[in-house]
Amino acid sequence: MPETAGAITREQVAHLGRLARLSLTEDELDRYSAQLADIVAAVARVTEVATPDVPATSHPMPLQNVFRDDVPRPCLSQEQALAGAPDAEDGRFRVPRILDEE
Amino acid sequence: MSQATMELMDFDEAMARFDPVLGLEVHVELSTATKMFCGCPTTFGAEPNTQVCPVCLGLPGALPALNRMGVESAMRIGLALHCEVAEWCRFARKNYFYPDMPKNFQTSQYDEPICSDGWIDVDYDTPEGRRTFRVGIERAHMEEDTGKNVHLGGATGRIHGADYSLVDYNRAGIPLIEIVTKPIEGAGRYAPEVARAYVSALRDLLRALEVSDVRMEQGSLRCDVNVSLRPSADAPFGTRSETKNVNSLRSVERSVRYEIGRQAALLAGGGRVVQETRHWHEDTGLTTSGRSKEEAEDYRYFPEPDLVPIAPSREWVEALRATLPENPAARRNRLAAAWGIGELEMSTVVNAGALDLVEATIAAGADQAAARKWWTGELARVARERGVELRDLAITPAQVAEVEALVQAGTVNDKLARQVIEGVLAGEGGPGEVVAARGLAVVSDDGPLLAAIDDALAAQPDVAEKIRGGKVQAAGAIVGAVMKATRGQADAARVRELIFQRLGVEA
Repeated sequence: MPETAGAITREQVAHLGRLARLSLTEDELDRYSAQLADIVAAVARVTEVATPDVPATSHPMPLQNVFRDDVPRPCLSQEQALAGAPDAEDGRFRVPRILDEE
Repeated sequence: MSQATMELMDFDEAMARFDPVLGLEVHVELSTATKMFCGCPTTFGAEPNTQVCPVCLGLPGALPALNRMGVESAMRIGLALHCEVAEWCRFARKNYFYPDMPKNFQTSQYDEPICSDGWIDVDYDTPEGRRTFRVGIERAHMEEDTGKNVHLGGATGRIHGADYSLVDYNRAGIPLIEIVTKPIEGAGRYAPEVARAYVSALRDLLRALEVSDVRMEQGSLRCDVNVSLRPSADAPFGTRSETKNVNSLRSVERSVRYEIGRQAALLAGGGRVVQETRHWHEDTGLTTSGRSKEEAEDYRYFPEPDLVPIAPSREWVEALRATLPENPAARRNRLAAAWGIGELEMSTVVNAGALDLVEATIAAGADQAAARKWWTGELARVARERGVELRDLAITPAQVAEVEALVQAGTVNDKLARQVIEGVLAGEGGPGEVVAARGLAVVSDDGPLLAAIDDALAAQPDVAEKIRGGKVQAAGAIVGAVMKATRGQADAARVRELIFQRLGVEA
């Protein structure tokens, strides 16, 4: 993660937009780079309070080693699985053609 | 296509000018009963989208629950590869969009793999004899498989030019272990053989651990091959290509050889290698360019918030270490020595998937040659015919030993023994029961044999005359007639003896 709070360039926002499959207008690029800079700056304030002796944490609860036994449980039926699909064919989800591997 | 006419440098010339460095990534599907993060079963070949639930379909609000067996298998694999098991590690989200991954991220591990820093010794053959190469293991981490796409419409049935795709999520969420080697340096001209030997040794190891079916043709073991060239062994690494879809041992070797030839021609011609994903084509034996590789940061990895960290106690790790089987290569050498057979005979047994079965058959009293003969011969033939694994045949090693004992006792001959096996496989009972029920025992009473011999001699007086005149090899025709008359249930050697006795000639 970049340590440098502050400037988020329009190029960075455009790149993130591409990764998220969002098409952003010129206006949005400006607006979001400013907003993202604010967010990063806000989060960066945490480092002011977090001293080196406080370990980084990803989970608020001090839990570890939570497992499930390898025992099958009931599944959805094919009809249930496909019930929310915009389109289906032959018991499968039908999706638009995949272009990004060209 | 331009790739088809891609210029390749002759392998020997490429080896004279460049030094190859390899890296292999193997994905192995675990054979757990359920998926990694939900209780859906993992049975291969089920109707599409019938082994799915809100978790593996990525439905909103669904939460993963980690499969203990998946974690234990990962640790056992790491331990068998002489890796360190992390004292503490987490899962991470790898974010990208693809229809076969409904959550829009793959639950994987990033900078905290559960196992790291190991090695495996692999044997490969050269014209100068067998050699061993130590392949370093960078890491083995846990992740999940994706669904399966079928591309439809268009002319080719491939992704290019398809009109739409259909997705089956039965495979989505099946536990995968990704095993990554350290750079393989110093293999020189044997780099293709070392790559193949590594995947082969890894497959044997995973099979011995009983953590996966390791069926490359069904995709439960998949291999990505990284190749780069540099001018000499002390030069920095060159730019690498990553070849995907390499799904047989032979292809591992061929794809390395191909990439060495392709990259050598490029570099020698003043060009440069592009860091990219390439696809291996089994039919044509070439690779073609795929997408340029994303930067790791584009995946926006971050710790998975829905799964808590894993901190295996050292007691747990040691308990798992105690379950490791004997190293397959060591076991193979030990058994080959015990049975007094060479590498070639041993390979036949191992490649047939018969090692455990042969060992058990010998333990049940059969001679080693006979045990090998039955499993790699008749039984392997039946298994191939039925498209199943040897161990799935409905006959036990003890029963095979019993069949062989019947042959040794002279109760059945080789041909009848095959019928006994057929009966056992058909569920007619044990070998003894099949012999009794089918009336398969060799006719050992001389009375009926002599009657059949007399009939045959009477039917072929000219042959009888030849035998009397000392042409003992003519007896074959009479033996054949007797075997036919007794429907194969006679002991041919005894028949031959009786014929000579009858005609008063010395054999």
